[in-house]
Amino acid sequence: MTITIDDVAKIAKLANLALTEQEKTAFAAQLSAIVDYMEKLNELDTSNVPPMSHSTLSAETYLRPDQPRKSLGTETALANAPDAKDDHFRVPKVI
Amino acid sequence: MDVSGLTIEGLHRALEAREVTVEEICKAIFERIERLNTTLNVYITVTYEQAIERARELDAQLSTGYKPTGLYGVPVAIKDNICTKGIRTTCASRILENFVPPYSATAVEKLHAAGAVILGKTNCDEFAMGSSNENSAFGPVRNPWDLSRVPGGSSGGSAAAVAADLCVVALGSDTGGSVREPASFCGVVGLKPTYGRVSRYGLVAYGSSLDQIGPIAKTTADVARTLQVIAGWDEHDATSANLPIDDYLAALNSDVQSLRLGVPKEAFGVGLAPEVKRAVETAIANFETMGASLVEVTLPHLEYAIADYYIIATAEASANLARFDGVRYGYRAEGVETLAEMYQKTRDLGFGAEVKRRIMLGTYVLSSGYYDAYYLKAQKVRTLLEQDFRNAFTACDLIVTPTAPTPAFKLGEKISDPLEMYLADIYTVTINLAGLPAVSFPCGFSSDGLPIGCQLIAPHFQEARLLAACHQYEQNYPTAHPSARTSAGSLRWPSL
Repeated sequence: MTITIDDVAKIAKLANLALTEQEKTAFAAQLSAIVDYMEKLNELDTSNVPPMSHSTLSAETYLRPDQPRKSLGTETALANAPDAKDDHFRVPKVI
Repeated sequence: MDVSGLTIEGLHRALEAREVTVEEICKAIFERIERLNTTLNVYITVTYEQAIERARELDAQLSTGYKPTGLYGVPVAIKDNICTKGIRTTCASRILENFVPPYSATAVEKLHAAGAVILGKTNCDEFAMGSSNENSAFGPVRNPWDLSRVPGGSSGGSAAAVAADLCVVALGSDTGGSVREPASFCGVVGLKPTYGRVSRYGLVAYGSSLDQIGPIAKTTADVARTLQVIAGWDEHDATSANLPIDDYLAALNSDVQSLRLGVPKEAFGVGLAPEVKRAVETAIANFETMGASLVEVTLPHLEYAIADYYIIATAEASANLARFDGVRYGYRAEGVETLAEMYQKTRDLGFGAEVKRRIMLGTYVLSSGYYDAYYLKAQKVRTLLEQDFRNAFTACDLIVTPTAPTPAFKLGEKISDPLEMYLADIYTVTINLAGLPAVSFPCGFSSDGLPIGCQLIAPHFQEARLLAACHQYEQNYPTAHPSARTSAGSLRWPSL
């Protein structure tokens, strides 16, 4: 499977990455080689094999009691923000 | 104060006899860090002041006659993808260069409660993605055995710190071999626990169905002591196992004479360096001498493991790393007009090449039209790989393989060919896909004097059996261990 520079641009958009032209060229070649290697899996007939999403042995998912607890608080939650104002995260204009 | 080869047992004996204080030990190690870190680059952040303050508190308690147990007074290093409250946690990435977590990982909380002293945060591959520690925004780590070589990855800083006596015990994380491969390359013991044995809370997520925190130490006993502390259920991690914890230290001397050791022929074929093959085969023969019986087992799908792993791990990574967008924490690109542009530029400038490559791969295998062909297919092959082990363990108690196909390779040797680098993970990635526990321990040396690691794999939650076999091997064959004296009487440990 050849991954073209156009494919790379499309994937980069999905992944929210603004790649440079140089990166796009390099990734096209590298991803093609890696995906070719991954196609090795097609040698196996898996039509009757169930998918495995995780190796957690316990079938039960733990849910804690739905009771209010103390949270981090605004000041702590905003402490690492690149930009914050009036108790909110600030981002460039959306609309 | 000589801290070379210092173990927890040795430290506790010295503390109890009042020969030394925790503060003195920590200062002696900090002196080494000061001297060696510019060369080795194992620490990204050193927490000198907090550590000395903590050491003094512990010494005060000792002076009242308190007997040190657990990890009391033990100087530890924490891989920099494990959150430490108030201590910068970078994931060796530019995007988190100034991130200070508001909470600590459960494993870190437990170390603290057991009396450990945190010396600092260790270098690693960015977001734990890599097998050589060359993918760090803070520069590569050098192998203390040979400075021209890599320490392995991604927990390269943790393994090298243990080998160079820049801490006594370290925490790493293992998604596809990131504790075991560096342990192998640096001549130390590294354990990847069963998926769910140790809480992942506070471990920055890479591949959530694969990630586990694991201890790295000079001896199996120290690995057992550390696992004892960090293991267990945690309400903050829904995938942590609510199962009883064995007494790992007490189990170290349990009977391994009747052990059935499985040897999969697929793990000794093409691609394995002859020196590594010889060293691991010698270890297998030694286990037989110790009373184990050898059983030939088969892992027919091993050759598909790397392809399978790099689909599943990158798919999970692409989802996990979506959170780094320059809004709530971390780096944000300057001079952008729109929100979309801010996301895209932040991520392009904030992430390194390998992280972007894996995000791209993961996005591709999850994208519409390719999901069934790659991701779903990989999940099905994962079932086959897990069944391979299930079948093998009906005939044996432990499985033995090399940890890595070669000893430590040269810096720069594989960096230009990502696929070549991925192939170094052949023996380790399957273990994470199947969720099993596995340990790498030193079993010999190459002709260049580089350590070689042997991997033992156990069924789910059988860490006690795994560590017992490893410990007794270490006791019976001390010459294979780097800390043993050679016949010429010189200490075989990196002399830095």
